Amino acid sequence: MDIGTLDSGPIWLTLQLASVTVIILLAIGTPMAWWLAHTRSKMRVGIEALVALPLVLPPTVLGFYLLILLGPNGWIGGPVKALTGSPLSFTFTGLVFASTLYSLPFVVQPLQSNFESIGITPMETAASLGASRWDAFFSVILPLSRRGYLTATVLGFAHTLGEFGVVLMVGGNIPGKTKVISIEIYDRVEILEYTQAHILSVGLLLFSFIILLTVYSINKKLPVHVS
Amino acid sequence: MVARMTLFKKNLGIVAGLLLTFLLLQIPGALADELRVAVASNFLLPIKELSREFEKNTTNKVVVISASTGKLYAQIKQGAPFDVLLAADSLRPELLEKEGIGAPGSRFTYAVGRLALWSANIKLFLKNDLQVLNQKNFRYLAIANPKTAPYGKAAEQVLRKKGFWNQLQTRLVRGENISQTFQFLVTGNADIGFIALSQLMRNQGQLKGYSWKVPSEWHDPIRQQAILLKRAKTNKVAKEFLNFIKSNRVQKIIESYGYSLER
Repeated sequence: MDIGTLDSGPIWLTLQLASVTVIILLAIGTPMAWWLAHTRSKMRVGIEALVALPLVLPPTVLGFYLLILLGPNGWIGGPVKALTGSPLSFTFTGLVFASTLYSLPFVVQPLQSNFESIGITPMETAASLGASRWDAFFSVILPLSRRGYLTATVLGFAHTLGEFGVVLMVGGNIPGKTKVISIEIYDRVEILEYTQAHILSVGLLLFSFIILLTVYSINKKLPVHVS
Repeated sequence: MVARMTLFKKNLGIVAGLLLTFLLLQIPGALADELRVAVASNFLLPIKELSREFEKNTTNKVVVISASTGKLYAQIKQGAPFDVLLAADSLRPELLEKEGIGAPGSRFTYAVGRLALWSANIKLFLKNDLQVLNQKNFRYLAIANPKTAPYGKAAEQVLRKKGFWNQLQTRLVRGENISQTFQFLVTGNADIGFIALSQLMRNQGQLKGYSWKVPSEWHDPIRQQAILLKRAKTNKVAKEFLNFIKSNRVQKIIESYGYSLER
């Protein structure tokens, strides 16, 4: 079995991409999910539908528009090029941007249903005891939300690992920058290096299974909070 | 209650009828004498015109399936029901012949690919040769992935031969195939790139840009080969189709799409 040509670059790059994406998603997903869970605004359904779009859209649609948006003439790539001299397409930052959009529902939806099930009562109780909003959120809501955050983190991470179509369209296959595992597997299959394709695919399969298994078994042990 | 049941039964009838219609619609296609031609993406447009030509003189239908040569090869090895393969290289047809999946002796070069350097930016084409690559005023040079795409391999050979390969490494972006490479250029994401001459010919008129034909001696010939697949070994229509592709008249048409011919 010849595995001499298998390099670990794409593996590290993929893990890096998934980690950075999840951190950003948790940061922007928390206020979004909180707002969606508690707002009475008429815009709620509209925003909910927007957040869910990446679930149903083919990656080609997202990839196509991102290619235009992130490019030197795009609404996002243009200003970025003016500032940094290089557009966002074909860069790691561009992939992070794409993955954040692509994995958004996988983080926002679990958090939203988590916040909904906790309800507003714990916040109100904490407020009546004199806690500030931030204090109440960090010392009451967050500890109650472990389950939701675990699910959101793992789903967001795993979904980014499995990203393919979008990266294929805006990545440019640059080793060390945009060549992730899924692209590497695709290339190996294309050039008939099935052994290497198998190694990477089995690895990804086992890794994904193990993290999902872990999250489901931990989730079973964590208490559910329903107000 | 009874009324409801009847309504339900009526609807059930409609659903069953629809299902049956869909199923029946599938059958004529399967029964008719259709020729399934698997074709590499870069030859999709010419093959559409050629199929129409071929269908004029026969009652048989040509069904075109297009994907990258690597994918088509993998599908054929797994028993995909194709009769003819028009590949983007000679490697996959050779392999199929060796593995006994392609009919022995049926392999031939139907077109030779030509490489072109293209940019939408005239500033990059003040010098009308490869020396444009010495300029610093572009961010990305797009090529097709040399590992997966024959046109990418040719581009790599040209860059290596002329001493640009190492110096341009940090500015290279790779399209998965030659179509994606072209897409990078047309959307402005890459400033300059190596594409197939046939892509320019087919988009003439609607494309603003500047191109330069790369001398074909600078890289190994991009021999695009066709092969008859074993399941169609006794299929007269498939053989007719391959002879049609080989004919002088059709070879002239192929040339007009920006390909060279095998000498």
